[in-house]
Amino acid sequence: MSVVDRQEWDVVVVGAGGAGLRAAIEARERGARTAVICKSLFGKAHTVMAEGGIAAAMANANEHDNWRVHFRDTLRGGKFLNQWRMAELHAQEAPDRVWELETWGALFDRTADGRISQRNFGGHEYPRLAHVGDRTGLELIRTLQQKIVSLQQEDHRETGDYESRLKVFQECTVTRILKDGSRVSGVFAYERETGRFFVLQAPSVVIATGGIGKSFKVTSNSWEYTGDGHALALLAGAPLLNMEFVQFHPTGMVWPPSVKGILVTESVRGDGGVLRNSEGERFMFDYVPDVFKEKYAESEEEGDRWYEDPDHNRRPPELLPRDEVARAINAEVKAGRGSPHGGVFLDVSTRMPAEVIRRRLPSMYHQFKELADVDITAEAMEVGPTCHYVMGGIAVDSDTAAARGVPGLFAAGEVAGGMHGSNRLGGNSLSDLLVFGRRAGLHAAGHAAAAATGRPLVDDAQVDAAAAEALRPFSAEAAGEEPATGPAENPYSVHQELQQTMNDLVGIIRRESEMKQALLRLAQLRIRARRAGVEGHRQFNPGWHLALDLRNMLLVSECVARAALERTESRGGHTREDHPAMKRAWRNVNLLCRLADPADGPAAAGPEDGRIRLERQTTDPIRPDLLALFEKEELVKYLTEEELYE
Amino acid sequence: MATGTEPPPSTHPRPSSGVRGAGRAAIAAPHLRTDRWWLAPAATAAGLLAFIVYSTWRAFANADYYAAPYVSPFYSPCLAENCRPMHAGPNADVFGGWWGISPAIIILIFPLGFRLTCYYYRKAYYRGFWASPPACAVAEPHTKYTGETRFPLILQNIHRYFFYAAILVAGILTYDTVLSFRDEHYAWGHMGLGTLVFLLNITLIWAYTISCHSCRHIVGGKLKHFSRHPVRYRAWQFVGRLNARHMLLAWASLVSVALADFYVYLVASGVFDDPRFF
Amino acid sequence: MSSYDAHFRVWRGDVEGGDLEDFTIEVNDGEVVLDIVHRIQSTQAPDLAVRWNCKAGKCGSCSAEINGRPRLMCMTRMSVFDRAETITVTPLRAFPVIRDLVTDVGFNYHKAREVPAFVPPEGVGPGEYRMFQEDVERSQEFRKCIECFLCQDVCHVVRDHEENKTAFAGPRFLMRVAELDMHPLDAAEESGLDRKRAAQDEHGLGYCNITKCCTEVCPEGIRITDNALIPLKERAVDRKYDPLVWLGSKIRRRPS
Repeated sequence: MSVVDRQEWDVVVVGAGGAGLRAAIEARERGARTAVICKSLFGKAHTVMAEGGIAAAMANANEHDNWRVHFRDTLRGGKFLNQWRMAELHAQEAPDRVWELETWGALFDRTADGRISQRNFGGHEYPRLAHVGDRTGLELIRTLQQKIVSLQQEDHRETGDYESRLKVFQECTVTRILKDGSRVSGVFAYERETGRFFVLQAPSVVIATGGIGKSFKVTSNSWEYTGDGHALALLAGAPLLNMEFVQFHPTGMVWPPSVKGILVTESVRGDGGVLRNSEGERFMFDYVPDVFKEKYAESEEEGDRWYEDPDHNRRPPELLPRDEVARAINAEVKAGRGSPHGGVFLDVSTRMPAEVIRRRLPSMYHQFKELADVDITAEAMEVGPTCHYVMGGIAVDSDTAAARGVPGLFAAGEVAGGMHGSNRLGGNSLSDLLVFGRRAGLHAAGHAAAAATGRPLVDDAQVDAAAAEALRPFSAEAAGEEPATGPAENPYSVHQELQQTMNDLVGIIRRESEMKQALLRLAQLRIRARRAGVEGHRQFNPGWHLALDLRNMLLVSECVARAALERTESRGGHTREDHPAMKRAWRNVNLLCRLADPADGPAAAGPEDGRIRLERQTTDPIRPDLLALFEKEELVKYLTEEELYE
Repeated sequence: MATGTEPPPSTHPRPSSGVRGAGRAAIAAPHLRTDRWWLAPAATAAGLLAFIVYSTWRAFANADYYAAPYVSPFYSPCLAENCRPMHAGPNADVFGGWWGISPAIIILIFPLGFRLTCYYYRKAYYRGFWASPPACAVAEPHTKYTGETRFPLILQNIHRYFFYAAILVAGILTYDTVLSFRDEHYAWGHMGLGTLVFLLNITLIWAYTISCHSCRHIVGGKLKHFSRHPVRYRAWQFVGRLNARHMLLAWASLVSVALADFYVYLVASGVFDDPRFF
Repeated sequence: MSSYDAHFRVWRGDVEGGDLEDFTIEVNDGEVVLDIVHRIQSTQAPDLAVRWNCKAGKCGSCSAEINGRPRLMCMTRMSVFDRAETITVTPLRAFPVIRDLVTDVGFNYHKAREVPAFVPPEGVGPGEYRMFQEDVERSQEFRKCIECFLCQDVCHVVRDHEENKTAFAGPRFLMRVAELDMHPLDAAEESGLDRKRAAQDEHGLGYCNITKCCTEVCPEGIRITDNALIPLKERAVDRKYDPLVWLGSKIRRRPS
């Protein structure tokens, strides 16, 4: 059966968002023949949704900023669970990655003296986000896309073929990572347009597929965010790290229903927007947690002064890290002080002149006008938490972005875990993509070069198995291995139930009983997903694509639920109603998810036994010189006695 | 698909090109618009046609273009021997006696050329008269299209020179407007209804001329670094704001110039006397 | 919340042929056309092919023609239509159809490659770029482009004349040329590349007859014609049709 088309490449990058494209550029510049595979059209990746900016301590807006301050903010935001070496590299390298974008044609907003302008954002001590209005992600993607095109133009001049060294396979989905023993040997993929299967053989594969938000009902994520990379890595034998940490962005649209979850950028607050409940009260002042008490304003007057004079005033609590704000909004709504459609009010209309709002927040103005018929220069927006980002992800080596335990597998961007700890600061995502995208590309190219003699081989049996798995939804009713238990399932209904389950039972506030229930439901859904059947043929058939993506969403959802059940504390993006406090004993504990049965084929296990096994691991102690960046009093709140004395 | 562009093999070659051509979604209708898309091009065509008819009549009439102190903008400046003498008016016998037909023809070439090559009017008549395209997403009837790549339409590129000429013409019309502050005995310090008509016309003529895309380019658009030319940057911004209303100004000035001419015609042909304010 | 049933006609088919298919489908408050297409997909036609992604007007994937007008499905609210109206949704008609509402937009990626990339200035390292807001603003407007290709679809030069596709880059990519030509630090000229001349000679600027449909359909409200195409035409005029410049170049060239 293995008559699928095969091609040889040095590096295959799965995903064409910020991390994937940056990795591809680096790999190609290091001499590796590089292929990029993405589910959407080239340039449509979810990165375009990023609005606020790229965090990088360039010190253009405040000369006191430097990488150490950025590192400190990142660790505070992540509640000290971050893989500290990643946070260090990230803070150090981000400025170079931003400046490099300018040499590729990016046009950021400028300061009066002609440098890159930087704006304030939640959790960042200084104005640090390089931005272009509120469409920074689009600028980033377009710049990387155009850089890829320029490399292709170079190749065309030399070889006569644009795609001789760098090729984008757009609208293709990878369903399996292929292996030769323990080593990566390539990927199995299908073309969405035709349904044709193909195999790219390569010693290095970089996973840069982004997040998992499409497993939740209310989400700011697009359809692509089905946790593909997470699942591919799991199935290839690599562990996932700290999957319980899911960031709910505090401000998503809540009305109308069809756009519920769409993001309202944090810049609205960074530029002066305030949160109010139905009683008109700026409630965030009541929600400043102890660990942040000294850093935030205690009165509205002080908070307001801060926008003009940040050196002598403390910032308003609307700019607390996202987890704090999301929980506060949740609590206000629960206490009956919510807005008519179940959110709270975010108001810029009384804080800035209409002209300024339209200039600084053009796409927000546009978005509310077009989608909700709300003029944000005249009235308040209604907002509520929306699933936005997963901090957990593939466990990687900090320096090389190599996935643990699978030689040749690399991961960068949202799909990689560790960098952001338990909670990501706004703006750190785009810089993460660039810093670790580049590192992944660099080391993937290096790995491929080292494997030049003795490239791993693709095993025909694996290709056949992958093809059979992918074709399964077309013969769902006649599923051979199990007794037929009824007609084929509609994949859209299974997906909707999955989203509802995750939203209701493993959402922003979690309880043990609910998560146990969620695991049961996931097990049932897994069985139903096995029978998900599709009509029509393989040519651009969205029902089929969804049926295949369900496997990934279910795997990843199980990881989230299991890890969330295990971690009996509240920290960052993980809030337990039954364990509301952050516990120092959990500070240095990582939860790793692995496939329970590593030899697991496509067949699912029974409903009671899940497919995921959890493993606890103690993190490396933070390097002393980095710890020395914090005050002792602050560290006491996070670290255990033993850690402090070491 | 890879980013390559090999067209998919077409198995059903259909003869026609365009939206009903091979490879495109098989939809028989040339367009599926449900709104009154034909209204705008029809109105444009009707408006332009009306002006053409009127101006042709007036330009060839060679009569009733001067009623002291007003000279019709169609006949100013008047550059042949057969012009009516206008006291201190825009007379200049450049062409001499051999010019037999209406002297308006000599000078009208310039405003006509300016408007004919104007970026707004191009859109208007390409859509209204030539149906290329009749409206957005409505298939055009032509089988071939080369746009402004070859003669004669490549000549549209000389718009800039007509712009320079239009500045001169506007200057002369300004002079005519100044002259309209006289009475019929050429005494200064008077004003009539015609003066108002002329003032309105010259304001709109200038606004239209200055709002021209070529003007926008020349004052600043051609620069790479606005920051090094603050004055030109300000000028560019000003012209840009006017330019955003270029269509409106194009129509308003077209009507006003016809109105100014018609006013002179009415007074010159004795339909009524110019009401004097002082 | 009020809901009602709407009448939809959606084109279904592929390169072999196809037709408009009728659907009666529920519509709720605040929904957009893409919501309805999704509802058709999840309840009546699971294999209905449609491209979409962000559903917030930021990625430019869900381009289609609604009642004959090129639009983003995610940004077309159902409330703009009369409840009794039949709403027709077809794929983009300027590009080869693949299936249902999905077309092959490869033309655009092909054209993107033909525009020479940004040329970084020599001797200015990363971090040393100094540009002023007023200098980057023009190009920034063009960089708002989400590449939905509605302008490429509506432009009659290629929509109605397949044969022009080789010579004409289309509004989106002429705008890209303008963007680079107005970039304050682009060093194309120093490297011997004349973007103004190339716009006319290589990218078919002369085919544009400035009938402004690209501007009319742009979901980002970019003033493509007034701010990119016409300025580019004027810049080409500087190069090729200005007799003074032409004369100057003749005189300068003679000694050699």
